[in-house]
Amino acid sequence: MYVAVKGGEAAIANAHRLLADRRRGDRSVPALRLDQIVEQLALGVDRVMSEGSLYDRELAALAVVQARGDMIEAIFLVRAYRTTLPRFGYTNPIDTGAMQVERRVSATYKDLPGGQVLGPTFDYTHRLLDPELAAGAEVEMPAQRPAEPEAMPRVSAILAHEGLIEADGDMPLDHVPGDITREPLQFPMARDIRLQALSRGDEGFLLALGYSTQRGYARNHPFVGEIRIGEVELELDVPELPFAVPLGSIRVTECQMVNQFKGSAKAPPQFTRGYGLVFGQSERKAMAMALCDRALRASELGEDVVAAAQDEEFVISHSDNVQATGFVEHLKLPHYVDFQAELGLVRRMRAEYEARENEDKAEDKREAAE
Amino acid sequence: MTAQPTEIATYNFAYLDEQTKRMIRRAILKGIAIPGYQVPFASREMPMPYGWGTGGVQVTASIIGPDDVLKVIDQGADDTTNAVSIRAFFKKVAKVVVTTDTATATIIQTRHRIPEHPLTAGQVLVFQVPIPEPLRFLEPRETETRKMHALEEYGLMHVKLYEDIARHGRIATTYAYPVKVEGRYVMDPSPTPKFDNPKMHRSPALQLFGAGREKRIYAVPPFTDVVSLDFEDHPFEVQTFDQPCALCGAENVYLDEVILDDHGGHMFVCSDTDHCEKRRADGHHGHLAPETHLASEKTEPAE
Repeated sequence: MYVAVKGGEAAIANAHRLLADRRRGDRSVPALRLDQIVEQLALGVDRVMSEGSLYDRELAALAVVQARGDMIEAIFLVRAYRTTLPRFGYTNPIDTGAMQVERRVSATYKDLPGGQVLGPTFDYTHRLLDPELAAGAEVEMPAQRPAEPEAMPRVSAILAHEGLIEADGDMPLDHVPGDITREPLQFPMARDIRLQALSRGDEGFLLALGYSTQRGYARNHPFVGEIRIGEVELELDVPELPFAVPLGSIRVTECQMVNQFKGSAKAPPQFTRGYGLVFGQSERKAMAMALCDRALRASELGEDVVAAAQDEEFVISHSDNVQATGFVEHLKLPHYVDFQAELGLVRRMRAEYEARENEDKAEDKREAAE
Repeated sequence: MTAQPTEIATYNFAYLDEQTKRMIRRAILKGIAIPGYQVPFASREMPMPYGWGTGGVQVTASIIGPDDVLKVIDQGADDTTNAVSIRAFFKKVAKVVVTTDTATATIIQTRHRIPEHPLTAGQVLVFQVPIPEPLRFLEPRETETRKMHALEEYGLMHVKLYEDIARHGRIATTYAYPVKVEGRYVMDPSPTPKFDNPKMHRSPALQLFGAGREKRIYAVPPFTDVVSLDFEDHPFEVQTFDQPCALCGAENVYLDEVILDDHGGHMFVCSDTDHCEKRRADGHHGHLAPETHLASEKTEPAE
């Protein structure tokens, strides 16, 4: 008889109970601790903080384990928590020029003030699976050098002395930076809003778009002016106090892409720039972001918009993986009311089509007989 | 590590903080003032995924009070998984009375259907909307479609409907069928079957539409004209079914097709489960109704 395919509260509760069991897995294997994830899966934690737009390693680690390692699910958990937090205020802009740098490389200058610092990088590792790591071998302590007394100016500031690279750009003095978590996105958008959206955008999506610009879809001849990773101070202006209050420091990755530009009706020939900044250590994301940022400046710089990566509405509307995954996965929800409506239409149209076909066949037969 | 949950977070009544509710209420009021106009609002991340009713949940969370009685349906049914999940969410965060009874609910959140039982003044119907822009599939750019609405430039939509007739002999849109609200804005009624469109016309209930991912709210105030687009020689018509509900015998209601076996056997039953159960409780039955009497409406008190 009528077998309901509709689920109830009990089914949902049981599904979640099973999920908790699968998440824990074999009980004879020790459960993961959050500090293990924070310490040993740090780059995964960084991605969750970055795209979850919440700088908290412990919460990000909790999200990773709760999501069974599904990064987008973890990002979603962090976002859903973040949105409930009260807003105390906005910190002063961070000064990445004053960063405690752990890694800094430039592809445009062989040497530069502050030098090239490789830091903890996968670059130049041979990607050979390491059986010793699997065996839990002890790891030696890193070599250390004394802190650089010399300031490490951002490479864009060095080039700018020659006037060959565009300046940071000006916003009107009374410009209040937008906040994509408090105002609805509207197109076209100012660059500050766009950069916020890119910074929390999906790494894979931005990577693919950045890659597409390298392969000729809105090619913009990029050079890595500089990538730097390290700690920056956060300060908050409190109305009652005459000085900015330090809140602590956060780790960020900044990428300044320098792009060749032959000039247009709007701008003289010069090096233009694309900018990437993300929480934690993620060069891939920061670089992809910088490529996309530069591509999205096409109309500002008087270039023709010819490729997907230059199309602001296309890129920004689809860069948020929490939105994207929700809408793609909602197709799992029942749609039988709509499907029924379409089924009825197709049935009627099909019946008409077959009636026409039969008529035609009968007509052909008659003609053949005659 | 202890197994005790830590006190990491406490939540406001109905989950959203009061500032956010105020922002959403403003958008709702603006929507009511301009029927059918899509008001951008700063949609929040919700603890359920985008595309799963976050717009409707935010609207409901902003208007619900402790005395409200909430009904949640998906595909017309109170017991589909997502409806169960959203109802459980509000039971938990707002501690309101929930019901399956259309008549006693003060707020009905819905996905894809309007209840068969006529709504009355004072009730609010909250729709979950995936794509609020009726012109989206004709013009993917938001910058363009906003201009088209501003200039009341709906020619493209009429051309699309005309092309349907030229190609298929009829307008081949069966759900999310576009409507014109109060003679001004063309509006997407959300993916309800066009069967439900006439119920929106001059409804005594307030109809609110929330699209969380697309960050839009719109509204149809009570007793507002909602007219499905059509042509004089191809007037709008709703779906009809050849047979009544197999369980309650209802006619002129929207039916779901249920597959019974792998030999093409199927039956048609009411999509509105509350309506169907009520009719059966009143003694109506269709040709496939089981003998056993089904449990009737459920109202669960607040916890």
